[in-house]
Amino acid sequence: MKITDISNNINEWFSGAGPHCDAVISSRIRLARNLDGHKFLSRCSDSEKTEILNLLKNVTMSLQIGDNVSYVSVDEASSLDRNLLMERHLISRGHALGKGPRGVVLAHREFFAAMINEEDHLRLQVLKPGFQLNGCYEQINSIDDRIEKQIAYAFSTKYGYLTACPTNLGTGIRISVMLHLPALKMTGQIKKFLNAARAMNLAVRGLFGEGSEAAGDFYQLSNQVSLGISEMELIKQFEATLVPEIIDYERQARQKLLEDNSQSLDDKVSRALALLRNAHLISSQEALTLLSHIRLGINMREHMGAETPALKSLCGLIPRNVARSEFIQTINRLFMLTQPAHLQINHGRHLDPTKRDALRAKIIRSELGGESRQ
Amino acid sequence: MYCQICKKNDATIHLTEIDKGVRSEMHLCAGCAQKQGISVNSQVPLKDLLSNLLAVQPSDEEIYGSDIGQKTCPHCGFTIEQFTREALLGCQHDYEIFENQLLPLIKKAHNGKAAHCGKVPSKVPSDERKHMELASLQRQLDEAVRDEQYETAAELRDRIKKIQTDTPK
Repeated sequence: MKITDISNNINEWFSGAGPHCDAVISSRIRLARNLDGHKFLSRCSDSEKTEILNLLKNVTMSLQIGDNVSYVSVDEASSLDRNLLMERHLISRGHALGKGPRGVVLAHREFFAAMINEEDHLRLQVLKPGFQLNGCYEQINSIDDRIEKQIAYAFSTKYGYLTACPTNLGTGIRISVMLHLPALKMTGQIKKFLNAARAMNLAVRGLFGEGSEAAGDFYQLSNQVSLGISEMELIKQFEATLVPEIIDYERQARQKLLEDNSQSLDDKVSRALALLRNAHLISSQEALTLLSHIRLGINMREHMGAETPALKSLCGLIPRNVARSEFIQTINRLFMLTQPAHLQINHGRHLDPTKRDALRAKIIRSELGGESRQ
Repeated sequence: MYCQICKKNDATIHLTEIDKGVRSEMHLCAGCAQKQGISVNSQVPLKDLLSNLLAVQPSDEEIYGSDIGQKTCPHCGFTIEQFTREALLGCQHDYEIFENQLLPLIKKAHNGKAAHCGKVPSKVPSDERKHMELASLQRQLDEAVRDEQYETAAELRDRIKKIQTDTPK
């Protein structure tokens, strides 16, 4: 598999489908595992790392996971390729920037990835569109069981799965739900959500870009505690209380926008559309912010039947033979394809930031039927 | 906007307080905010957190005598001093060898918990699995009683009894 085989496509987890897709982009579960009898990576020489890499590569490649799998050598990949894998959430920032022999085994539909020699010997992940953590766990647990038949993991009856950093100890599980919360942001209630999440020992990060800045109103909510609570108990917390409550707040905020402040909503959506269809230079940050408003507009029309003038004219742009849900996929695709590494790889070469901003604007204009498609 | 205390630097910290329905705002620069005892570090890097946590523990020498700082893992050559720098352990045995030093940190990171609960590899012998399962159910039972969820508690109690009676003495 070449990187360009995936760089033009939308990944399955970002398809805009799945349960509660108006507010939940995707669900992800990661498991951290280490081999029994091998040192953790910080104490391994390159030859020991290569030995671990080859062993885990063979094991993970041999699994029948219902899709073709490929291996990408991360240490040999170009920095652009590494950044693209990171933008697609197939590897972590740490894996992209790490040192020494390391790689990733990935399913072509991108629902599964196994990072080898990241912080731990093995980091498995399963990603699904919408809110479906049980589905993620079922799949990753079965993959983990099959790996465990072939190798022994470092495990203690007292502390569970032993990880290089004590913060991942126990189940080694990291549950993440990627949420799109533009109405909570617009109505100024997002801080309440962030504070509540932190009080419950949950980490909140952005989905795109560096640091914790939540560009495009995308928030990734993850557990931090992994010891002393079982996988199913944690999933139950997310499934039964946490996430449904947040979804509910976001929907209420959308309803409130519509009832009390529809002019401000229309203003945001219309401005976003006008800029996206006419701008000739657009930064990644600005594109994410504006596309987020468009995504909100279509979702409100599709899921709430909202009929404000701006939402009607926004949806009037969608060709007759295209369903609104498909149009959301087009918008999601733009979020991904306008990321810096995607732009450059799909264009075939390195571009300086100004050229990237011009190319980004051109792609968006063309997709949204703006003026001057050239 | 200038800092309202020194009136020289740009105000980068904006505080809104609502006390008994009365709203007041403060706009300060980082220096003056710090003098007022307002922390501006919203996120502490993990490494610093680990080092701080280890720093507030009684020193290794205080607990184990002067040689513990030099204690080295025979399996990977790791010392606790390296952990305070790198925030990563050297091998699976470090959890046992440096258990006393790591335990406060483990508890802090995991909401006070220090025992595994959840998936157990199938390779673990069945009597050990059963022992772990019982400990986990007992913990859930204690929590259910504490939260006054008596139906769940009764269910858990029955499961514990069943495992205990199934176990050959």
